[in-house]
Amino acid sequence: MSASVDLPGFADPVAKAQATFRAVLDAMARPGTIHHAGEDLAAPAPLDQATAAVLLALVDHETPLWLDVAAAPARDWLAFHCGAALVAEPNAACFAVALSLPDLTQFPAGSHEAPESSTTLILQVPALASGTRYRLSGPGLREPQVLSVSGLPAWFTTQWQQNRALFPRGVDIILCAGTTLTALPRSISIEEG
Amino acid sequence: MPDALPPDPSKTPRQRWMAVLARADAEALQIRLGDAPRYTVLRGPEAGLVMVRGRTGGGGAPFNLGEMTATRCTVRTDAGLVGHAYVAGRNERLAELAALADALLQDPMRQSALLRQVIEPLAELQEARRAEVAAKAAATRVQFFAMRNMRA
Repeated sequence: MSASVDLPGFADPVAKAQATFRAVLDAMARPGTIHHAGEDLAAPAPLDQATAAVLLALVDHETPLWLDVAAAPARDWLAFHCGAALVAEPNAACFAVALSLPDLTQFPAGSHEAPESSTTLILQVPALASGTRYRLSGPGLREPQVLSVSGLPAWFTTQWQQNRALFPRGVDIILCAGTTLTALPRSISIEEG
Repeated sequence: MPDALPPDPSKTPRQRWMAVLARADAEALQIRLGDAPRYTVLRGPEAGLVMVRGRTGGGGAPFNLGEMTATRCTVRTDAGLVGHAYVAGRNERLAELAALADALLQDPMRQSALLRQVIEPLAELQEARRAEVAAKAAATRVQFFAMRNMRA
């Protein structure tokens, strides 16, 4: 076991994991709404509290996890607390963690028989209250929802359109910043503005 | 019965002290450890199930004997040493103390003193108890000569 694990996981594992799961569930059901997670969690660098909390709640030994280069310093912590099987290739990942938007086409999008086997990308961004404004519409939203995200590249909306065109296949994204999170399920359409 | 098997002599020193700590009595361990430095609990103590596997006779193919309860704990001392413990049953206090002792035993400055004051006396106690149980069991032994010849 690695000796570089120096931070604990959830102080109250059952209650906190359930609360985080609920936050992710609500975020997926109402895309673009802001939810909170990981407030009292000591997250390992470079992960934010919400990112770490989502990973603790969702990832275990049955869900292969891919980390981008920037997130790699947290690998020992994730391996210890989640028991996660870390994979080198994005096309084997069930969950992926990235600190900048990766190419979404490198992740499995699932199959028509099992669309749930696609990757869920946990993308950590600098902020969820400022930056570029996006208009989200689709299932779960009676009115279009406006979401501000900083740190997404200009080609994000183009790539998201390609991802959405695959429906019911496609990648889902959970955006995390600080202790806030929101979700972009594959069913949602996103426009800048 | 945690004392049924003697410790495997081929193990590393750390495996040996972890085995002794896992079979120790929490009260006895607490007294022998005395005042411990400050530490943080990284994980647990948490109870779970572990599948115990055996080997079938003859071919030696593995089979699942059944699940047993085990408790694990990981602590980190303020000096940065990480100790782990896995103990049978749901003795959470023992798991935490054993993890702490494992962390302290990795400190070269403390190791020999702790081995002398904690591990050796506990190992002797466990060995004595094992010998006692073995002696009682040996008295009830029945020799099946025919079977023994077949196995030999």
